[in-house]
Amino acid sequence: MKPREISVTVNAKHYRSEVPPRLTLLDYLREVLGLTGTHAGCEHGVCGACSVIFDGQPIRSCLMFAIQADGHEVETVEGLAGADGGLSPLQDAFWEAHALQCGYCTPGMLMASHALLRANPDPTEDEIKEAIGGNLCRCTGYQQIVEAVRLAAKRMREADPEAGPEGNKDRVDE
Amino acid sequence: MKAAAFDYIRAGDLAEVCRALDDGGPDCKIIAGGQTLVPMMAMRLARPSILIDINAVGELQGIGGDETSLVIKACTRQAAAERSPEVRAKAPLLAKALRFVGHPQTRNRGTVGGSIANADPVAEIPLVALTLDAGLVAESAGGARNIGISGFFHGLMETSLAADECLTEVRFPVWNGGGIVGTGFREVSIRAGDFAIVAAAVQLALDENGVCKRAAVALGGVAPTPLRIEATAEALLSSDLDAKTVGEAARLAAHEIDPVADVHASAEYRRRTARVMVERAILEARDEALGRVAKP
Amino acid sequence: MSSEAPEGRRFRYVSRKRRTKEDRRFIAGQGRFVADISLPGMKHVALVTSPHPAARIEAIRTEEALKIEGVLAVITGEELARATDPLMSGLNLPDVRRFPLAVDRARYAGEWVAAVVADSRYIAEDGAELVEVDYDPLPFVVDAEEAMNEDAPAVHPAHGTNVLYQRKFVYGAVDDDFAAADHRLAFRACWGRSSTVPIETFGVLAEWHPGTGILDVWASIQMPKYPEQIARALRLDANCVRVHYDVDVGGSYGVKRGIKHTVLVGYLARKLGCPVRLIEDRLENMTGGDAHGPERIFDVEAAFNGDGEIRSLRIRALDNVGAYAGRAPLQLAKPIGAIVGPYRINSVEYEAISVTTNKTVQEAVRGFGQSPTNFAIETAVDKIARALDLDRVEIRKRNFIRKDEFPYTIPSGSEYDSGDYLTVQDKVLDLADFPALLARRDALRAEGTLAGIGISSCLEPSGGNAAFEPLFNPANETTTWMESCVTKIDLAGTVTSIMATASAGQGHETLVATVTAEELERDPDGIRVVRSDSLASLPSNSPVASRMAIMLGGAASGAAKILKRKLIDIAAHNLQLPADRLVYEGGNVAVRDDPGKKLAWDELVEIAHRKYHQMPLGMEPGLQASYVWEVPKGGELPDADGRVRMYPCYSFEAHIPLIEIDRDTGQVKILEYFIGHDCGTMINPDIVHGMVYGGIAHGIGAALYEIFAYNEDGQLLTGTFMDYLLPSVHEIPDIKMVDHSTPSPLTSMGQKGTGEGGYLGAPAAVASAVNDALAPLGLELDALPMRPGDIEALLRTKSG
Ligand code: FES
Ligand code: FES
Repeated sequence: MKPREISVTVNAKHYRSEVPPRLTLLDYLREVLGLTGTHAGCEHGVCGACSVIFDGQPIRSCLMFAIQADGHEVETVEGLAGADGGLSPLQDAFWEAHALQCGYCTPGMLMASHALLRANPDPTEDEIKEAIGGNLCRCTGYQQIVEAVRLAAKRMREADPEAGPEGNKDRVDE
Repeated sequence: MKAAAFDYIRAGDLAEVCRALDDGGPDCKIIAGGQTLVPMMAMRLARPSILIDINAVGELQGIGGDETSLVIKACTRQAAAERSPEVRAKAPLLAKALRFVGHPQTRNRGTVGGSIANADPVAEIPLVALTLDAGLVAESAGGARNIGISGFFHGLMETSLAADECLTEVRFPVWNGGGIVGTGFREVSIRAGDFAIVAAAVQLALDENGVCKRAAVALGGVAPTPLRIEATAEALLSSDLDAKTVGEAARLAAHEIDPVADVHASAEYRRRTARVMVERAILEARDEALGRVAKP
Repeated sequence: MSSEAPEGRRFRYVSRKRRTKEDRRFIAGQGRFVADISLPGMKHVALVTSPHPAARIEAIRTEEALKIEGVLAVITGEELARATDPLMSGLNLPDVRRFPLAVDRARYAGEWVAAVVADSRYIAEDGAELVEVDYDPLPFVVDAEEAMNEDAPAVHPAHGTNVLYQRKFVYGAVDDDFAAADHRLAFRACWGRSSTVPIETFGVLAEWHPGTGILDVWASIQMPKYPEQIARALRLDANCVRVHYDVDVGGSYGVKRGIKHTVLVGYLARKLGCPVRLIEDRLENMTGGDAHGPERIFDVEAAFNGDGEIRSLRIRALDNVGAYAGRAPLQLAKPIGAIVGPYRINSVEYEAISVTTNKTVQEAVRGFGQSPTNFAIETAVDKIARALDLDRVEIRKRNFIRKDEFPYTIPSGSEYDSGDYLTVQDKVLDLADFPALLARRDALRAEGTLAGIGISSCLEPSGGNAAFEPLFNPANETTTWMESCVTKIDLAGTVTSIMATASAGQGHETLVATVTAEELERDPDGIRVVRSDSLASLPSNSPVASRMAIMLGGAASGAAKILKRKLIDIAAHNLQLPADRLVYEGGNVAVRDDPGKKLAWDELVEIAHRKYHQMPLGMEPGLQASYVWEVPKGGELPDADGRVRMYPCYSFEAHIPLIEIDRDTGQVKILEYFIGHDCGTMINPDIVHGMVYGGIAHGIGAALYEIFAYNEDGQLLTGTFMDYLLPSVHEIPDIKMVDHSTPSPLTSMGQKGTGEGGYLGAPAAVASAVNDALAPLGLELDALPMRPGDIEALLRTKSG
């Protein structure tokens, strides 16, 4: 089928592209925009490696076609860091807690937890597990990931005790 | 694992959906949340020639209704329904079941109507719709049509929706005909968040003495479609839901079904856990209702 | 906080909490995985696969596929086999030939039959759908025991039998020990076919440069002698293949061995004159990726005394290796190096049988056969305890090799380097507050819950020396699995180390930087570690066999020590003092008795790089050193009885989970999980802990959830992530871990391996817990995975 023009906002940047209708959002991000931080693990909606934030909500980018994102907003792991390249508190906590090994599931884990902390700055352990329950990691056994999310939440609350949902956009430097 | 080529129509309103369905012929397919359809397309088990995207159709989204029914428009996200106080108040069984549907990320995209139209025999939403005897509305170029849920599920992932019809809304009747309502939802799966091997949904209404006045029981995963278990529901009526009655009623459920085996469970396992899930769901519903009775 | 090395050495960087080097790029989404690499003009591959478990390939018609715009080529097994040599096998099996694409005959459902090359993966899949293959279905066999029958369909008719390897090893006076023992028992235990299933599938990209005659390869690889194997199959000189090791690998744990993928893509890149990339999709990965794990039936007999002393074991291990041999049959050999586990068992008989069937090909899986073997040994120990009505902890303590017995040579000839099993066991019992844990289990039981505590105490042989190769294949006289490191100090005084293998999350850059920093007493954060390519580097045997902390760590230490020596010699020359009167501290060299008199790092570097006139006579200018290390205690061939020194170092782990079983559904819930772990000196504790947690999660998967299941039509039923069930965060409990360090006397800093840790004992521990829960009912279950339906069916046999 012939390519169709779409315009998508990714990490606050606007893109116009021609895409065949069957191109998944995942492949669009990776192959067309070169944003290879988002990964493919199964391409059938189970592993969560492809998680991105779509109009503010975490979703699986392998389960959408790019053409469906026309006029919408996407956030990916590349957008987590500050403009200066500084890591977000969540990214920094992942590093501190060694919440990864091979790093393949990590962008998905980060996006799922980022969305969680934005909506819920003080999640319980169960809420953390629920948020990443659809993201598979084969390396870590999840322990250090849960710890990292908890650590990030704590640090973000300490940095900005007033922060409610959507509150804290601060970055930390390395 | 890439879908076969297709053409894409993003419908702006319902009329456009119907028109597209009318023009599109038998190979066109509606995409709502896509959480089942897209993997099927990726594996090329589904290969629509035209995909009609209804995500931008405002008329197909929203939660409303009145005292007698909760109306959920077909393209309402599962996550929105899960968060809705209205759903919790009017269809608590649905609210309960939604937490078992996939994962937060799939619920953010997946829709209530999509799940029903997809008619997976182990999916939670069709099961609840059947339990509560939901009414469905479908629309085509020829107009709207009401469909009773009892005649909706035809077979494995097959429904009475015509190729040119779009499911537009689901009406869950509110049980307010007296009595205290309790709900129970149980499923057995190998991992959390997986499709159930067997799922049981129960809604009960008790009078102030704890006697069962009304009961609805259904099972998923035991037949090509979700199944209402009338014998069990009947056995509960007029009883005070003592353990023995509940146990007996649940046992009846095991006799009503003829499940098949797959890689995750034998037919016998399904039959036996169906009894267990029904029993637990009844007890959960009973205890929830009794908790309400006790409250001043 | 610092820990002690064997000689009581205090560490500055080793064993301390430090952020890893690798994580920084991954959390920013800047990992560089093979699917992230695109080259101009790159083409994509999709596979045509056999729907039959066994069939003759009568004809392949490609015209329709080639008509699609964007489809470049379709190649078949016949074409590829003409142009390439068969892939190497771990055994000497000239009649079990294997090519990337099936030739004449397909031997399992999902086997690759043809490959389509196109402008995009989408179009390649369109093409693959249109390739028409005429098959003539043949009889097939998927069950290992059936495959051994005389009249079973032959998977490789030319080989004459489905048995690829069979040998009985008798280590010590087994018959005598059995005759003398007070008691004997026998049982069968089955390890189901699962694997490591990384979240990244295997991928490879190749580009051929006619001008230089070099084939460049980027791959998500973890494979010893990978470049040589590709070159050989492609009939190229080995120095025509350049494998780039700076590719991040999205998990492997053993299985990323894509030789067949690489040979295919290398051939295509040469033939078509353009870069060609194959990224398996999940279906290709699960069915035709040749990455399944061991599937093993153990028949075990144990001889023991009334006091619990285990005298002898007879183990028969029958492994279903799938349709081709590869390296997988050797997974029966490696466990010989720890065949008595951590126990003083006087003699062992071990019969290894590798059988080919019409199933997907097996590949190396974390532990290389050790985890199934540990499961069999631990099951035996539990059964003996139960038979004697002896506590399961107590029987282990009675049989453990004692701390003062090391080095300890086991009957099969391997020498355990060091260990303190009793202490580690005690530590984990403390951590778990074992009496309280027992009380909790009993309280649960009193409420009617089926609750159980698991006990397993297992070894992780580490450091790998490939001795299993000559053991199973005398034609292969490999007795070294060396590893190398190059380190240089540049003119500006910064330090760079070069390693020669790709990494899949094991933290090798952190390892090398930490070890180099420790030796040179320089800040690890300032040390750069790069992963070279196969032409520019010294030999490596890749991160298999839980060997990198030992081998790469040892090589990095060795290179750094040479540099340190050189710095001291330069200082000695310039200070005109003998080296033994100088001290090296933080990179500066000072006079021991006159610390004010010294040469600083920068000055020494300056001399080495610019001032040849100030260098000791004959010393090489610059500051660079390479070090290639042979596996400690390697270098020996097996004796005639198959006694061989296998791995050098032995880590130890003691697991204690508490579980409950839903009586009605058979679902297992893990309530608590404790582990005591000893891998000697930990280079980076976060990395060690992460490996162990992850290994336990993987082991829980193998114990409870994961199975490549086949139906009687020979079809794989669990080829997607919807059916092959990796544990999610909901299935993995909070794991509590206690460390212990019994340094290895054989390694640079006392370190042992840990990459397989957790996985080597978790399946045994979970199985032990399930059986403890079942024991009050008089039931036993000795087959993994223990899925709800299996447990429930067993429970029904009691309650009707
Ligand atoms: S790649 Fe999207 S869920 Fe696995
Ligand atoms: S870090 Fe490797 S899969 Fe999660």
